[in-house]
Amino acid sequence: MGQGRQGRGARVIELQSVAMTYGGGELFADVSLKLAPGSFQFLTGPSGAGKTTLLKLCYGELVPTSGQVHLFGQEVRDMRRNDTARMRRRVGVVHQDCSFLDHLPLAENVALPLTVAGRAADASELAELLAWVGLAPHAQALPPQLSGGERQRAALARAVIMAPDVILADEPTGNVDWEMSLRLLTLLVELNRMGKAVLIATHDLNLIRAAKSQVSARVLRFQNKRLQVAGAEL
Amino acid sequence: MIARRDRTRQAVPAAARVVPPSGFTARLTLFSAAAMAFLAVFALALSMATGRIADRWSDELARTATVRISAPAVQMAAQTAAVLAVLAATPGVASARALSADEMQLLLGPWFGPDLPLASLPLPQLVEVVEAPAGIDAEGLRLRLAAEAPGAVLDDHARWRRPLVEAAARLRILAMVSLALIAVTTAAMIVLAAQAALAANVQVIRVLRLVGARDQFIARAFVRRFTLRALVGAVAGVATGLVALAFLPAAKAADNLMAEFGFSGAEWLAPLAIPLLAGLVAWGATRAAALAMLRGIR
Repeated sequence: MGQGRQGRGARVIELQSVAMTYGGGELFADVSLKLAPGSFQFLTGPSGAGKTTLLKLCYGELVPTSGQVHLFGQEVRDMRRNDTARMRRRVGVVHQDCSFLDHLPLAENVALPLTVAGRAADASELAELLAWVGLAPHAQALPPQLSGGERQRAALARAVIMAPDVILADEPTGNVDWEMSLRLLTLLVELNRMGKAVLIATHDLNLIRAAKSQVSARVLRFQNKRLQVAGAEL
Repeated sequence: MIARRDRTRQAVPAAARVVPPSGFTARLTLFSAAAMAFLAVFALALSMATGRIADRWSDELARTATVRISAPAVQMAAQTAAVLAVLAATPGVASARALSADEMQLLLGPWFGPDLPLASLPLPQLVEVVEAPAGIDAEGLRLRLAAEAPGAVLDDHARWRRPLVEAAARLRILAMVSLALIAVTTAAMIVLAAQAALAANVQVIRVLRLVGARDQFIARAFVRRFTLRALVGAVAGVATGLVALAFLPAAKAADNLMAEFGFSGAEWLAPLAIPLLAGLVAWGATRAAALAMLRGIR
Protein backbone atom coordinates (compact mmCIF):
# COMPACT_ATOMS: atom_id res chain seq x y z
CA MET A 1 0.00 0.00 0.00
CA GLY A 2 2.41 2.62 -1.18
CA GLN A 3 1.87 6.25 -2.11
CA GLY A 4 -0.51 7.15 -4.93
CA ARG A 5 0.93 7.46 -8.42
CA GLN A 6 -0.46 10.98 -8.92
CA GLY A 7 1.62 13.85 -7.70
CA ARG A 8 0.08 16.14 -5.08
CA GLY A 9 -1.95 18.91 -6.62
CA ALA A 10 -3.06 16.76 -9.53
CA ARG A 11 -6.73 15.79 -9.70
CA VAL A 12 -7.50 12.15 -9.99
CA ILE A 13 -11.23 12.66 -10.43
CA GLU A 14 -12.93 15.79 -11.63
CA LEU A 15 -16.60 16.43 -12.36
CA GLN A 16 -17.51 19.62 -14.24
CA SER A 17 -21.08 20.96 -14.31
CA VAL A 18 -22.46 17.45 -14.23
CA ALA A 19 -26.20 16.76 -14.39
CA MET A 20 -28.02 13.46 -14.08
CA THR A 21 -31.54 12.76 -15.25
CA TYR A 22 -33.45 9.57 -14.57
CA GLY A 23 -36.64 8.86 -16.53
CA GLY A 24 -37.08 12.50 -17.46
CA GLY A 25 -36.66 13.72 -13.88
CA GLU A 26 -33.59 15.65 -12.84
CA LEU A 27 -31.66 14.03 -10.00
CA PHE A 28 -29.06 16.78 -9.68
CA ALA A 29 -27.49 19.42 -11.87
CA ASP A 30 -24.47 21.68 -12.12
CA VAL A 31 -22.38 19.48 -9.87
CA SER A 32 -18.67 20.11 -9.87
CA LEU A 33 -16.25 18.12 -7.74
CA LYS A 34 -12.49 17.71 -7.61
CA LEU A 35 -10.77 14.87 -5.82
CA ALA A 36 -7.09 15.61 -5.30
CA PRO A 37 -4.57 13.07 -4.00
CA GLY A 38 -4.56 12.96 -0.20
CA SER A 39 -7.92 14.72 0.11
CA PHE A 40 -10.63 13.45 2.43
CA GLN A 41 -14.22 14.34 1.61
CA PHE A 42 -17.63 13.34 2.80
CA LEU A 43 -20.70 13.36 0.60
CA THR A 44 -23.95 13.64 2.49
CA GLY A 45 -27.57 14.42 1.89
CA PRO A 46 -30.98 12.82 2.23
CA SER A 47 -31.75 9.38 0.80
CA GLY A 48 -32.34 9.55 -2.95
CA ALA A 49 -30.43 12.80 -3.32
CA GLY A 50 -27.90 11.19 -5.65
CA LYS A 51 -24.97 10.20 -3.43
CA THR A 52 -24.63 6.70 -4.88
CA THR A 53 -25.14 8.05 -8.40
CA LEU A 54 -22.36 10.58 -7.88
CA LEU A 55 -20.01 7.84 -6.68
CA LYS A 56 -20.91 5.72 -9.72
CA LEU A 57 -19.98 8.67 -11.92
CA CYS A 58 -16.64 8.76 -10.13
CA TYR A 59 -15.71 5.24 -11.20
CA GLY A 60 -17.33 5.27 -14.62
CA GLU A 61 -20.27 2.99 -13.97
CA LEU A 62 -22.55 5.82 -15.09
CA VAL A 63 -22.10 8.52 -17.71
CA PRO A 64 -23.60 11.93 -16.89
CA THR A 65 -26.58 13.27 -18.79
CA SER A 66 -24.59 16.45 -19.30
CA GLY A 67 -21.31 17.87 -18.12
CA GLN A 68 -17.92 16.22 -18.05
CA VAL A 69 -16.30 13.60 -15.87
CA HIS A 70 -12.53 13.24 -16.03
CA LEU A 71 -11.05 10.14 -14.45
CA PHE A 72 -7.26 10.34 -14.23
CA GLY A 73 -7.29 12.96 -16.97
CA GLN A 74 -9.48 11.02 -19.41
CA GLU A 75 -13.05 12.03 -20.22
CA VAL A 76 -15.33 9.14 -19.28
CA ARG A 77 -17.16 9.24 -22.64
CA ASP A 78 -13.88 8.78 -24.47
CA MET A 79 -12.98 5.69 -22.50
CA ARG A 80 -13.11 2.33 -24.19
CA ARG A 81 -14.16 -0.62 -22.10
CA ASN A 82 -10.59 -1.70 -21.49
CA ASP A 83 -9.72 1.87 -20.42
CA THR A 84 -12.55 1.71 -17.89
CA ALA A 85 -11.24 -1.61 -16.56
CA ARG A 86 -7.72 -0.20 -16.22
CA MET A 87 -9.03 2.95 -14.53
CA ARG A 88 -10.94 0.87 -11.97
CA ARG A 89 -7.73 -0.77 -10.85
CA ARG A 90 -6.75 2.71 -9.61
CA VAL A 91 -10.04 3.26 -7.79
CA GLY A 92 -11.02 1.22 -4.73
CA VAL A 93 -14.78 1.02 -4.25
CA VAL A 94 -16.56 -0.05 -1.06
CA HIS A 95 -20.30 -0.54 -1.37
CA GLN A 96 -22.86 -0.70 1.40
CA ASP A 97 -24.02 -4.11 0.17
CA CYS A 98 -20.45 -5.42 -0.42
CA SER A 99 -20.86 -7.98 -3.19
CA PHE A 100 -18.40 -10.85 -3.24
CA LEU A 101 -17.92 -14.05 -5.18
CA ASP A 102 -19.61 -16.30 -2.66
CA HIS A 103 -17.97 -19.50 -3.91
CA LEU A 104 -14.44 -18.22 -3.30
CA PRO A 105 -12.77 -17.96 0.12
CA LEU A 106 -12.29 -14.52 1.62
CA ALA A 107 -8.55 -14.43 0.78
CA GLU A 108 -9.27 -15.05 -2.92
CA ASN A 109 -12.03 -12.43 -2.87
CA VAL A 110 -9.71 -9.85 -1.37
CA ALA A 111 -7.06 -10.74 -3.97
CA LEU A 112 -9.60 -10.60 -6.82
CA PRO A 113 -8.41 -7.23 -8.24
CA LEU A 114 -4.91 -8.72 -8.55
CA THR A 115 -6.30 -11.88 -10.15
CA VAL A 116 -8.23 -9.98 -12.82
CA ALA A 117 -5.15 -7.87 -13.51
CA GLY A 118 -3.19 -11.07 -14.15
CA ARG A 119 -1.01 -10.64 -11.07
CA ALA A 120 -0.39 -13.20 -8.35
CA ALA A 121 -1.09 -12.18 -4.78
CA ASP A 122 1.93 -12.24 -2.49
CA ALA A 123 0.88 -14.54 0.36
CA SER A 124 2.61 -12.55 3.08
CA GLU A 125 1.26 -9.21 1.82
CA LEU A 126 -2.21 -10.68 1.61
CA ALA A 127 -1.93 -12.03 5.14
CA GLU A 128 -0.71 -8.60 6.30
CA LEU A 129 -3.64 -6.89 4.62
CA LEU A 130 -6.14 -9.30 6.18
CA ALA A 131 -4.53 -8.76 9.56
CA TRP A 132 -4.77 -4.98 9.04
CA VAL A 133 -8.55 -5.23 8.67
CA GLY A 134 -8.73 -7.85 11.45
CA LEU A 135 -9.78 -10.73 9.22
CA ALA A 136 -6.69 -12.97 9.30
CA PRO A 137 -8.54 -15.78 11.10
CA HIS A 138 -11.24 -15.74 8.41
CA ALA A 139 -8.97 -16.00 5.36
CA GLN A 140 -10.49 -19.31 4.23
CA ALA A 141 -14.07 -18.47 5.21
CA LEU A 142 -16.64 -18.03 2.48
CA PRO A 143 -18.27 -14.57 2.29
CA PRO A 144 -21.75 -15.79 3.38
CA GLN A 145 -20.13 -16.97 6.62
CA LEU A 146 -19.03 -13.42 7.52
CA SER A 147 -20.90 -10.83 9.58
CA GLY A 148 -21.87 -7.44 8.16
CA GLY A 149 -18.88 -5.70 9.74
CA GLU A 150 -16.50 -8.38 8.54
CA ARG A 151 -17.86 -8.05 5.01
CA GLN A 152 -17.36 -4.27 5.14
CA ARG A 153 -13.76 -4.72 6.24
CA ALA A 154 -13.22 -7.37 3.60
CA ALA A 155 -14.59 -4.98 0.98
CA LEU A 156 -12.18 -2.33 2.22
CA ALA A 157 -9.27 -4.78 2.00
CA ARG A 158 -10.30 -5.69 -1.56
CA ALA A 159 -10.59 -1.99 -2.43
CA VAL A 160 -7.04 -1.20 -1.35
CA ILE A 161 -5.11 -4.31 -2.46
CA MET A 162 -4.17 -2.68 -5.79
CA ALA A 163 -2.81 0.37 -3.94
CA PRO A 164 -5.39 2.60 -5.64
CA ASP A 165 -5.15 6.36 -5.82
CA VAL A 166 -8.74 6.87 -4.70
CA ILE A 167 -11.05 5.15 -2.22
CA LEU A 168 -14.77 5.61 -2.85
CA ALA A 169 -17.00 4.32 -0.06
CA ASP A 170 -20.78 4.26 -0.31
CA GLU A 171 -22.36 4.11 3.15
CA PRO A 172 -19.51 1.91 4.39
CA THR A 173 -20.93 1.90 7.93
CA GLY A 174 -24.54 1.39 6.93
CA ASN A 175 -24.79 -2.18 8.19
CA VAL A 176 -22.51 -2.11 11.19
CA ASP A 177 -22.66 -0.95 14.81
CA TRP A 178 -21.03 2.24 16.04
CA GLU A 179 -17.90 0.51 17.31
CA MET A 180 -17.35 -1.13 13.92
CA SER A 181 -18.12 2.19 12.19
CA LEU A 182 -15.31 3.86 14.10
CA ARG A 183 -12.97 0.98 13.28
CA LEU A 184 -13.75 1.30 9.57
CA LEU A 185 -13.34 5.05 9.76
CA THR A 186 -9.93 4.62 11.36
CA LEU A 187 -8.89 2.34 8.50
CA LEU A 188 -10.03 4.90 5.94
CA VAL A 189 -8.18 7.69 7.76
CA GLU A 190 -5.04 5.50 7.76
CA LEU A 191 -5.38 5.06 4.01
CA ASN A 192 -5.78 8.80 3.57
CA ARG A 193 -2.59 9.38 5.54
CA MET A 194 -0.87 7.11 3.03
CA GLY A 195 -1.84 9.62 0.34
CA LYS A 196 -5.07 8.13 -0.95
CA ALA A 197 -7.92 10.43 -1.87
CA VAL A 198 -10.99 9.33 0.08
CA LEU A 199 -14.61 10.13 -0.72
CA ILE A 200 -17.25 8.70 1.61
CA ALA A 201 -20.96 8.94 0.88
CA THR A 202 -22.91 8.75 4.13
CA HIS A 203 -25.94 10.13 5.87
CA ASP A 204 -24.38 9.39 9.27
CA LEU A 205 -23.51 12.83 10.67
CA ASN A 206 -21.97 11.27 13.79
CA LEU A 207 -19.46 9.50 11.58
CA ILE A 208 -18.57 12.79 9.92
CA ARG A 209 -18.10 14.46 13.30
CA ALA A 210 -15.92 11.58 14.48
CA ALA A 211 -13.81 11.84 11.32
CA LYS A 212 -13.29 15.57 11.77
CA SER A 213 -11.51 14.87 15.02
CA GLN A 214 -8.99 12.68 13.17
CA VAL A 215 -8.55 14.23 9.76
CA SER A 216 -9.09 17.46 7.85
CA ALA A 217 -12.20 16.55 5.92
CA ARG A 218 -14.38 18.56 3.61
CA VAL A 219 -18.10 17.87 3.71
CA LEU A 220 -20.25 18.19 0.59
CA ARG A 221 -24.00 18.07 0.86
CA PHE A 222 -26.72 17.56 -1.70
CA GLN A 223 -29.38 20.19 -1.22
CA ASN A 224 -32.06 21.18 -3.70
CA LYS A 225 -30.45 19.06 -6.43
CA ARG A 226 -27.18 20.92 -6.07
CA LEU A 227 -23.94 19.98 -4.33
CA GLN A 228 -22.83 22.46 -1.70
CA VAL A 229 -20.00 22.65 0.80
CA ALA A 230 -21.50 22.09 4.22
CA GLY A 231 -20.83 24.67 6.88
CA ALA A 232 -19.78 24.55 10.48
CA GLU A 233 -23.16 23.17 11.62
CA LEU A 234 -21.68 19.70 11.11
CA MET B 1 -8.14 -32.81 1.55
CA ILE B 2 -7.15 -29.15 1.69
CA ALA B 3 -3.92 -29.89 -0.17
CA ARG B 4 -5.90 -31.65 -2.90
CA ARG B 5 -8.28 -28.68 -3.13
CA ASP B 6 -5.31 -26.33 -3.46
CA ARG B 7 -3.79 -28.46 -6.21
CA THR B 8 -7.13 -28.42 -8.01
CA ARG B 9 -7.26 -24.64 -7.71
CA GLN B 10 -3.76 -24.28 -9.13
CA ALA B 11 -4.68 -26.52 -12.06
CA VAL B 12 -7.68 -24.38 -12.99
CA PRO B 13 -6.85 -20.99 -14.56
CA ALA B 14 -7.78 -17.94 -12.53
CA ALA B 15 -10.33 -16.77 -15.08
CA ALA B 16 -12.17 -20.08 -14.83
CA ARG B 17 -12.37 -20.06 -11.03
CA VAL B 18 -14.12 -16.72 -10.74
CA VAL B 19 -17.36 -18.14 -12.11
CA PRO B 20 -19.18 -20.49 -9.74
CA PRO B 21 -19.91 -24.04 -10.86
CA SER B 22 -23.26 -24.42 -12.59
CA GLY B 23 -24.72 -27.92 -12.62
CA PHE B 24 -27.74 -27.49 -14.87
CA THR B 25 -26.12 -25.65 -17.77
CA ALA B 26 -23.12 -27.98 -17.53
CA ARG B 27 -25.29 -31.06 -17.95
CA LEU B 28 -27.38 -29.40 -20.67
CA THR B 29 -24.31 -28.46 -22.70
CA LEU B 30 -22.70 -31.88 -22.25
CA PHE B 31 -25.87 -33.68 -23.31
CA SER B 32 -26.55 -31.36 -26.27
CA ALA B 33 -23.00 -31.66 -27.54
CA ALA B 34 -23.05 -35.45 -27.15
CA ALA B 35 -26.40 -35.79 -28.94
CA MET B 36 -25.37 -33.49 -31.78
CA ALA B 37 -22.03 -35.25 -32.20
CA PHE B 38 -23.82 -38.62 -32.31
CA LEU B 39 -26.08 -37.33 -35.10
CA ALA B 40 -23.10 -35.74 -36.86
CA VAL B 41 -21.35 -39.11 -37.02
CA PHE B 42 -24.33 -40.56 -38.92
CA ALA B 43 -24.62 -37.55 -41.21
CA LEU B 44 -20.90 -37.79 -41.94
CA ALA B 45 -21.22 -41.54 -42.60
CA LEU B 46 -24.11 -40.87 -44.98
CA SER B 47 -22.14 -38.16 -46.74
CA MET B 48 -19.13 -40.41 -47.23
CA ALA B 49 -21.18 -43.46 -48.23
CA THR B 50 -23.11 -41.53 -50.86
CA GLY B 51 -19.87 -40.03 -52.10
CA ARG B 52 -18.36 -43.48 -52.49
CA ILE B 53 -21.47 -44.84 -54.22
CA ALA B 54 -21.65 -41.88 -56.60
CA ASP B 55 -17.98 -42.25 -57.45
CA ARG B 56 -18.23 -46.00 -58.01
CA TRP B 57 -21.41 -45.85 -60.05
CA SER B 58 -19.99 -43.09 -62.13
CA ASP B 59 -16.70 -44.94 -62.57
CA GLU B 60 -18.16 -48.39 -63.30
CA LEU B 61 -20.81 -47.14 -65.67
CA ALA B 62 -18.41 -44.88 -67.44
CA ARG B 63 -16.09 -47.82 -68.12
CA THR B 64 -18.73 -50.08 -69.72
CA ALA B 65 -21.04 -49.79 -72.71
CA THR B 66 -23.40 -52.14 -74.51
CA VAL B 67 -24.01 -52.65 -78.21
CA ARG B 68 -27.50 -53.95 -78.96
CA ILE B 69 -27.91 -55.68 -82.34
CA SER B 70 -31.44 -56.04 -83.67
CA ALA B 71 -31.45 -57.91 -86.95
CA PRO B 72 -33.26 -60.78 -88.69
CA ALA B 73 -32.07 -64.17 -87.42
CA VAL B 74 -30.22 -64.91 -90.67
CA GLN B 75 -28.18 -61.69 -90.41
CA MET B 76 -27.54 -61.79 -86.66
CA ALA B 77 -24.27 -63.73 -86.76
CA ALA B 78 -22.85 -61.57 -89.57
CA GLN B 79 -23.79 -58.30 -87.89
CA THR B 80 -22.41 -59.53 -84.55
CA ALA B 81 -19.12 -60.39 -86.22
CA ALA B 82 -19.06 -56.99 -87.93
CA VAL B 83 -19.71 -55.22 -84.64
CA LEU B 84 -16.95 -57.16 -82.87
CA ALA B 85 -14.58 -56.33 -85.72
CA VAL B 86 -15.41 -52.61 -85.49
CA LEU B 87 -14.97 -52.69 -81.72
CA ALA B 88 -11.62 -54.50 -82.00
CA ALA B 89 -10.38 -51.71 -84.23
CA THR B 90 -11.79 -48.87 -82.08
CA PRO B 91 -9.29 -46.98 -79.91
CA GLY B 92 -10.29 -46.94 -76.21
CA VAL B 93 -11.99 -50.33 -76.24
CA ALA B 94 -10.26 -52.66 -73.80
CA SER B 95 -12.38 -55.69 -74.63
CA ALA B 96 -15.66 -56.62 -76.31
CA ARG B 97 -17.60 -59.87 -76.31
CA ALA B 98 -21.06 -61.06 -77.32
CA LEU B 99 -23.14 -62.31 -74.40
CA SER B 100 -23.94 -66.02 -74.55
CA ALA B 101 -27.45 -67.42 -74.45
CA ASP B 102 -26.94 -68.43 -70.82
CA GLU B 103 -25.89 -64.90 -69.85
CA MET B 104 -28.93 -63.48 -71.67
CA GLN B 105 -31.08 -65.95 -69.76
CA LEU B 106 -29.57 -64.73 -66.49
CA LEU B 107 -30.22 -61.10 -67.39
CA LEU B 108 -33.84 -61.66 -68.38
CA GLY B 109 -34.62 -64.25 -65.71
CA PRO B 110 -35.63 -61.75 -63.01
CA TRP B 111 -38.34 -60.37 -65.32
CA PHE B 112 -39.54 -63.38 -67.31
CA GLY B 113 -38.66 -66.34 -65.07
CA PRO B 114 -36.11 -69.16 -65.45
CA ASP B 115 -38.13 -71.07 -68.06
CA LEU B 116 -37.91 -68.40 -70.71
CA PRO B 117 -37.75 -70.02 -74.20
CA LEU B 118 -34.93 -67.79 -75.33
CA ALA B 119 -34.43 -69.43 -78.69
CA SER B 120 -38.03 -68.81 -79.76
CA LEU B 121 -37.97 -65.07 -78.94
CA PRO B 122 -36.69 -62.38 -81.32
CA LEU B 123 -34.23 -61.01 -78.78
CA PRO B 124 -31.43 -58.65 -79.78
CA GLN B 125 -27.85 -59.78 -79.38
CA LEU B 126 -25.99 -57.88 -76.68
CA VAL B 127 -22.29 -57.10 -76.86
CA GLU B 128 -20.53 -56.00 -73.67
CA VAL B 129 -17.85 -53.37 -74.21
CA VAL B 130 -15.23 -52.59 -71.53
CA GLU B 131 -13.51 -49.30 -72.08
CA ALA B 132 -9.86 -48.55 -71.52
CA PRO B 133 -9.10 -45.70 -69.05
CA ALA B 134 -8.81 -43.28 -72.01
CA GLY B 135 -12.46 -43.98 -72.93
CA ILE B 136 -14.06 -44.21 -76.36
CA ASP B 137 -15.33 -41.67 -78.82
CA ALA B 138 -19.03 -42.67 -78.58
CA GLU B 139 -20.21 -40.55 -81.51
CA GLY B 140 -17.46 -41.83 -83.84
CA LEU B 141 -18.20 -45.43 -82.84
CA ARG B 142 -21.93 -44.93 -83.51
CA LEU B 143 -21.19 -43.74 -87.04
CA ARG B 144 -18.86 -46.68 -87.77
CA LEU B 145 -21.40 -49.16 -86.33
CA ALA B 146 -24.18 -47.66 -88.47
CA ALA B 147 -22.01 -48.17 -91.55
CA GLU B 148 -20.89 -51.74 -90.77
CA ALA B 149 -23.89 -53.15 -88.89
CA PRO B 150 -27.14 -51.20 -89.49
CA GLY B 151 -28.97 -53.02 -86.67
CA ALA B 152 -26.39 -52.13 -83.99
CA VAL B 153 -27.10 -49.45 -81.40
CA LEU B 154 -24.47 -48.25 -78.94
CA ASP B 155 -25.67 -47.58 -75.39
CA ASP B 156 -22.91 -45.89 -73.37
CA HIS B 157 -25.21 -45.85 -70.27
CA ALA B 158 -25.10 -42.04 -70.14
CA ARG B 159 -28.91 -41.85 -70.23
CA TRP B 160 -29.42 -43.65 -66.92
CA ARG B 161 -25.99 -43.08 -65.42
CA ARG B 162 -26.54 -39.33 -65.04
CA PRO B 163 -29.71 -39.51 -62.88
CA LEU B 164 -28.10 -42.15 -60.65
CA VAL B 165 -25.01 -40.10 -60.06
CA GLU B 166 -27.11 -36.97 -59.58
CA ALA B 167 -29.26 -38.76 -57.00
CA ALA B 168 -26.19 -39.88 -55.07
CA ALA B 169 -24.71 -36.38 -55.27
CA ARG B 170 -27.96 -34.87 -53.98
CA LEU B 171 -28.02 -37.33 -51.12
CA ARG B 172 -24.51 -36.26 -50.32
CA ILE B 173 -25.51 -32.59 -50.34
CA LEU B 174 -28.39 -33.49 -48.03
CA ALA B 175 -25.92 -35.09 -45.63
CA MET B 176 -23.67 -32.01 -45.78
CA VAL B 177 -26.66 -29.74 -45.11
CA SER B 178 -27.52 -31.98 -42.15
CA LEU B 179 -24.00 -31.54 -40.82
CA ALA B 180 -24.29 -27.76 -41.20
CA LEU B 181 -27.68 -27.77 -39.45
CA ILE B 182 -26.23 -29.84 -36.62
CA ALA B 183 -23.41 -27.31 -36.24
CA VAL B 184 -25.84 -24.36 -36.24
CA THR B 185 -28.17 -26.11 -33.78
CA THR B 186 -25.23 -26.90 -31.51
CA ALA B 187 -24.19 -23.25 -31.63
CA ALA B 188 -27.75 -22.12 -30.86
CA MET B 189 -28.06 -24.47 -27.90
CA ILE B 190 -24.70 -23.41 -26.52
CA VAL B 191 -25.60 -19.74 -26.94
CA LEU B 192 -28.82 -20.35 -24.96
CA ALA B 193 -26.98 -22.27 -22.25
CA ALA B 194 -24.25 -19.61 -22.13
CA GLN B 195 -26.82 -16.83 -21.91
CA ALA B 196 -28.53 -18.65 -19.05
CA ALA B 197 -25.19 -19.03 -17.27
CA LEU B 198 -24.32 -15.37 -17.90
CA ALA B 199 -27.70 -14.18 -16.63
CA ALA B 200 -27.36 -16.36 -13.54
CA ASN B 201 -23.94 -14.85 -12.87
CA VAL B 202 -24.71 -11.21 -13.59
CA GLN B 203 -23.81 -10.25 -10.01
CA VAL B 204 -20.46 -12.04 -10.35
CA ILE B 205 -19.85 -10.15 -13.59
CA ARG B 206 -20.67 -6.82 -11.92
CA VAL B 207 -18.18 -7.55 -9.14
CA LEU B 208 -15.53 -8.49 -11.68
CA ARG B 209 -16.10 -5.29 -13.68
CA LEU B 210 -16.02 -3.28 -10.44
CA VAL B 211 -12.57 -4.59 -9.53
CA GLY B 212 -11.20 -3.88 -13.00
CA ALA B 213 -11.73 -7.08 -14.99
CA ARG B 214 -11.57 -6.64 -18.76
CA ASP B 215 -14.31 -8.15 -20.91
CA GLN B 216 -11.87 -10.68 -22.33
CA PHE B 217 -11.04 -11.95 -18.84
CA ILE B 218 -14.71 -12.41 -17.92
CA ALA B 219 -15.62 -13.92 -21.29
CA ARG B 220 -12.68 -16.31 -21.02
CA ALA B 221 -14.14 -17.83 -17.84
CA PHE B 222 -17.35 -18.75 -19.64
CA VAL B 223 -15.74 -19.59 -22.99
CA ARG B 224 -13.31 -22.05 -21.40
CA ARG B 225 -16.08 -23.76 -19.50
CA PHE B 226 -18.47 -24.16 -22.44
CA THR B 227 -15.72 -25.12 -24.88
CA LEU B 228 -14.54 -27.91 -22.57
CA ARG B 229 -18.08 -29.13 -22.03
CA ALA B 230 -18.80 -29.18 -25.75
CA LEU B 231 -15.52 -30.97 -26.38
CA VAL B 232 -16.12 -33.63 -23.72
CA GLY B 233 -19.78 -34.08 -24.76
CA ALA B 234 -18.80 -34.37 -28.44
CA VAL B 235 -16.11 -36.95 -27.68
CA ALA B 236 -18.72 -39.05 -25.86
CA GLY B 237 -21.23 -38.59 -28.71
CA VAL B 238 -18.70 -39.50 -31.40
CA ALA B 239 -17.53 -42.56 -29.47
CA THR B 240 -21.12 -43.75 -29.08
CA GLY B 241 -21.86 -43.06 -32.75
CA LEU B 242 -18.79 -44.97 -33.93
CA VAL B 243 -19.66 -47.96 -31.74
CA ALA B 244 -23.21 -47.91 -33.11
CA LEU B 245 -21.90 -47.76 -36.69
CA ALA B 246 -19.40 -50.55 -36.09
CA PHE B 247 -22.19 -52.82 -34.87
CA LEU B 248 -24.65 -52.00 -37.66
CA PRO B 249 -25.80 -55.27 -39.29
CA ALA B 250 -23.97 -55.73 -42.58
CA ALA B 251 -26.17 -55.72 -45.70
CA LYS B 252 -25.31 -58.22 -48.40
CA ALA B 253 -26.50 -56.56 -51.57
CA ALA B 254 -23.86 -54.71 -53.51
CA ASP B 255 -24.58 -51.07 -54.38
CA ASN B 256 -27.10 -51.00 -51.59
CA LEU B 257 -26.84 -47.85 -49.46
CA MET B 258 -27.09 -49.94 -46.29
CA ALA B 259 -24.14 -52.03 -47.47
CA GLU B 260 -22.09 -48.88 -48.00
CA PHE B 261 -23.30 -46.95 -44.93
CA GLY B 262 -20.47 -46.23 -42.53
CA PHE B 263 -16.80 -45.44 -42.91
CA SER B 264 -14.16 -47.21 -44.90
CA GLY B 265 -10.42 -47.28 -44.17
CA ALA B 266 -9.01 -43.85 -43.32
CA GLU B 267 -12.53 -42.43 -43.30
CA TRP B 268 -12.83 -43.72 -39.73
CA LEU B 269 -10.52 -40.85 -38.75
CA ALA B 270 -12.90 -38.20 -40.12
CA PRO B 271 -15.30 -38.28 -37.10
CA LEU B 272 -12.37 -37.28 -34.88
CA ALA B 273 -12.78 -33.80 -36.34
CA ILE B 274 -16.30 -33.54 -34.88
CA PRO B 275 -15.22 -32.84 -31.25
CA LEU B 276 -12.73 -30.25 -32.49
CA LEU B 277 -15.44 -28.57 -34.57
CA ALA B 278 -17.87 -28.77 -31.62
CA GLY B 279 -15.25 -27.10 -29.43
CA LEU B 280 -14.68 -24.42 -32.07
CA VAL B 281 -18.41 -23.79 -32.43
CA ALA B 282 -18.79 -23.61 -28.62
CA TRP B 283 -15.83 -21.26 -28.37
CA GLY B 284 -17.26 -18.88 -30.97
CA ALA B 285 -20.85 -19.07 -29.74
CA THR B 286 -19.98 -18.53 -26.07
CA ARG B 287 -17.54 -15.74 -26.81
CA ALA B 288 -20.12 -13.91 -28.94
CA ALA B 289 -22.84 -14.37 -26.29
CA ALA B 290 -20.54 -13.27 -23.45
CA LEU B 291 -19.21 -10.18 -25.20
CA ALA B 292 -22.73 -9.15 -26.29
CA MET B 293 -23.97 -9.49 -22.72
CA LEU B 294 -20.96 -7.67 -21.25
CA ARG B 295 -21.57 -4.66 -23.49
CA GLY B 296 -24.68 -4.02 -21.38
CA ILE B 297 -22.65 -3.72 -18.17
CA ARG B 298 -20.29 -0.74 -17.80
